[in-house]
Amino acid sequence: MSVIPEGWEAVIGIETHVELQTRSKMFCGCRVDFGDEPNTAVCPVCLALPGALPVANEAAIDGIVRIGTALDCTINERSLFYRKNYFYPDLPKNYQISQYTYPVCEHGRIVVDVDGEPTVIGITRVHMEEDTGKSLHMGEGGRIQDADHTLLDFNRAGVPLVEIVTEPDIRTPDQARAYGAELQRIVRTLGVSDARLEEGSMRFDANVSVRRAGTSELGTRTEIKNVNSLRSMQRAIAFEIERQVEVLAAGGTVVQETRHWNEATGRTTAMRSKEESEDYRYFQEPDLLPLSIDERWRNRVKASMPELPAQLRARLVAAGADERTAGLLADSPLLAGLFDAAVRAGAEARTVASWLTGEVVAYARRVGASVGELHLTAEHLVELAAMVAGGELSATAAKQVLTGVLAGEGGPRQVAEAMDLLQISDSGAIEAVVADVVADHPDALEKIRSGDAKPIGFLVGQVMRATGGKADPKMVQEIIRRSAGL
Amino acid sequence: MTDLADLSIADAGRGLRDGEFTAQELLDATWRRAAVTEAHLHAYLVLDREGARRSAARADEELAAGTDRGPLHGIPVAVKDNLSTRGVETTCASQILAGYTPPYDATAVERLRDAGAVIVGKTNLDEFAMGSSTENSAYGPTRNPWDTDRVPGGSSGGSAAAVAAGSAFAALGSDTGGSIRQPAALTGLVGAKPTYGLVSRYGLVAFASSLDQIGPLARSVPDAVDVLSAIAGWDRHDATSYPGDVPEMGRSLDAGVQGVRIGVVTELMGEGIAPEVLAATASTIERLAAAGAEIVDVSMPSTEYALSAYYLIAPAECSSNLARFDGVRYGLRVDGGTVEEMMARTRAEGFGPEVIRRILLGTYALSAGYYDAFYGQAQKVRTLVRRDFAAAYEQVDVLVSPTSPTTAFRIGERSDDPIAMYYSDVCTIPSNLAGDPAVSVPVALDGTGLPIGFQVMAPQLGEEMMFRVAAEVERSAGFSFRAPLATSEVVEP
Repeated sequence: MSVIPEGWEAVIGIETHVELQTRSKMFCGCRVDFGDEPNTAVCPVCLALPGALPVANEAAIDGIVRIGTALDCTINERSLFYRKNYFYPDLPKNYQISQYTYPVCEHGRIVVDVDGEPTVIGITRVHMEEDTGKSLHMGEGGRIQDADHTLLDFNRAGVPLVEIVTEPDIRTPDQARAYGAELQRIVRTLGVSDARLEEGSMRFDANVSVRRAGTSELGTRTEIKNVNSLRSMQRAIAFEIERQVEVLAAGGTVVQETRHWNEATGRTTAMRSKEESEDYRYFQEPDLLPLSIDERWRNRVKASMPELPAQLRARLVAAGADERTAGLLADSPLLAGLFDAAVRAGAEARTVASWLTGEVVAYARRVGASVGELHLTAEHLVELAAMVAGGELSATAAKQVLTGVLAGEGGPRQVAEAMDLLQISDSGAIEAVVADVVADHPDALEKIRSGDAKPIGFLVGQVMRATGGKADPKMVQEIIRRSAGL
Repeated sequence: MTDLADLSIADAGRGLRDGEFTAQELLDATWRRAAVTEAHLHAYLVLDREGARRSAARADEELAAGTDRGPLHGIPVAVKDNLSTRGVETTCASQILAGYTPPYDATAVERLRDAGAVIVGKTNLDEFAMGSSTENSAYGPTRNPWDTDRVPGGSSGGSAAAVAAGSAFAALGSDTGGSIRQPAALTGLVGAKPTYGLVSRYGLVAFASSLDQIGPLARSVPDAVDVLSAIAGWDRHDATSYPGDVPEMGRSLDAGVQGVRIGVVTELMGEGIAPEVLAATASTIERLAAAGAEIVDVSMPSTEYALSAYYLIAPAECSSNLARFDGVRYGLRVDGGTVEEMMARTRAEGFGPEVIRRILLGTYALSAGYYDAFYGQAQKVRTLVRRDFAAAYEQVDVLVSPTSPTTAFRIGERSDDPIAMYYSDVCTIPSNLAGDPAVSVPVALDGTGLPIGFQVMAPQLGEEMMFRVAAEVERSAGFSFRAPLATSEVVEP
């Protein structure tokens, strides 16, 4: 990706929204289900009918406590809900129940690794709120200003939403992307959300400013919205850094504003400026009591934490995978699980890791399946690795066998036999063939004995031809040398 | 023979169980009364004849079959129109909700039904419960059955007028700053605002969430206790509802006040209170003393600021609570070129002037740069009010004061002076800020024949003691006057 112009530094903070996949919504009993017909998962509360009241969903609070714990946050014993007031048609109450002072979680951190450089990114706060409905703007443009009319779907209104805000600790688009990816992995590992960017169950807004390298004063920042993938976040931030540097270098000033990322043009454009921005008139939500998250609750969550991606990567490395491969494995709980089980059963770590991140991933991609759908078990990997270690399969043949296993043709041995790929590694059998070959070429043996190593290759070739290529070439060479008395 | 519409709930219940009359006959008496009084009063926005007929028929069938739902079984009751009623239009007396029919019952309404009550209709109010006279109704004012040139108080003025006139045996109201107690005082009724959280607010169209409470308006203390007992109790739909046991509210009505310590709030016994009201309050206190109560003067210095704090907190919450009325999902929609224009026009046309005034006040009070000076400061006063009450209740069991500074005023008299109107609630607002229960009991008539109310306040969940004192006030006052309009004889307008 693009580099930051010489002499400049970017300061980046990221706000992330994660929809929790609880059974029911944040403040009512409606189901959380994104596949439903529009406006079927609704009730007086999430439609904001007159007189309806919210009641907080304990499962969602548990979800945010899990996220906060995974991010090394302080979990506040007492936390408050606030109303954030603004008018928008898909916000039924025209205020969002959110948090302001005393969020559920504060002061956490995430460590991300970019090209082997670990960077600590501070988490300012993690707070609980509710999602809005969805607006479908009909007609040109797809934005409310240009629409003929707008259709509203309130199924999403009131879905639990967690907002995670970083400190302005991020300096490059690459770090931003690495942060987003790591946060996504953590959320998925916790099982609180599928965290899909394309579908909006995880959404990023980036705050970007630039300053002269070596200065400490913060520049004027802009907020970038509408980034729908990690890559577009990285691109959008890179574009915005360049744009701001150009403005400042030309003697201009950066306007504090919200900017919309356009994936197609690869540019950000101004949405609204600070002067037009709203005053949300936050005040404490009188319909809800303060949240109380006591020590028992905090401890219970702590005790039930799964192995987090960073811990998993460290363990994979300790088990023998290199950093890069460990990272790839840790991205997929299934791959990591297979690796774990195979290595525990004695398979050689590097070999298994390279199969999983190489052939297995490539095969899944080729056939358009997920890893979970493939015919692959840890036992298969253990057996295959043993066949390679025992000299029955060459490294190349093993990959062919693996492909057969993935295609559902059977276990490794079955596939190897069917493909006729087993090596002859029985030394007796090879010795017999070597004896025959040497008997046919006595002069070659003589040359070797007199110190000319060149005919070894020739004799190995003859043995391989006689065995149809199935003899273990290393073993053949060894036996020939021995026959020549070397 | 007494007109059935004038019976107490206890007497009506006795007659029903003794087979003297049926619930359908009670309902018919109610309709006959309404047919006379509504032409003068406009207490109701909707009379649900069909629904009430079905409920009364069912009440009779159940009683015949031996199913008895308790004191309210078969009793015609009215409900203020800011309570959501399934299938019955609920407008809060606002144009913005014209035609809105809720798909659900408020918890208090559901509990009335479960208690066997027959809900006869929806009563008029100041739009969204904002007012003290029921003049701020988009559908026209309600008049006082004691004098139809005068207001019945507000905002639960429709409920008060209906019960006082006999077109309902009791009614539900809501009280944010005195909206049950002040109209009760102005119409000669008992009106109680329970402890905040004792009655679920689910289905009550919110005005100021931290202050709103639902409560009864009734013709006697025991009637009020019966209604309140039916609707009180924890509700999973209201996070602020009280999760513990409901106090036994009617247990000590006959216990008298021997040895009860009663505090008189000195700040509410002087300036700004009409002389006749002060005199009636003083003689009520004397009777309580004669009955054995220990009377103590109690100073509550924060009272002076309570009214101002209330008129920041209530509008602030209302500005947010009423944001949902935007023309998008229900009620009035006035089209506009853009969605913002549609919302703005809908709200400008749909809300009346008092509602708009309070939304603007509240929006301002919460705005960046003003929050600390207004809303933040008001919350501090609220804390002081609570402290004053807490300190007082270390010395006394209940506090007493007038309910309303004056008796019923003339229609239009305070319409152009919002501040004078706001002052109507000076005695009632402190209890809302504190979340404490309070009840108004009629004690006398003034020189022009208008009722005067006496307020008894108690600490949170102190309803048993509050009603015990209220019952003594009622007994000792011997207030047996009825509004001139409480008749089923045709009255010429």
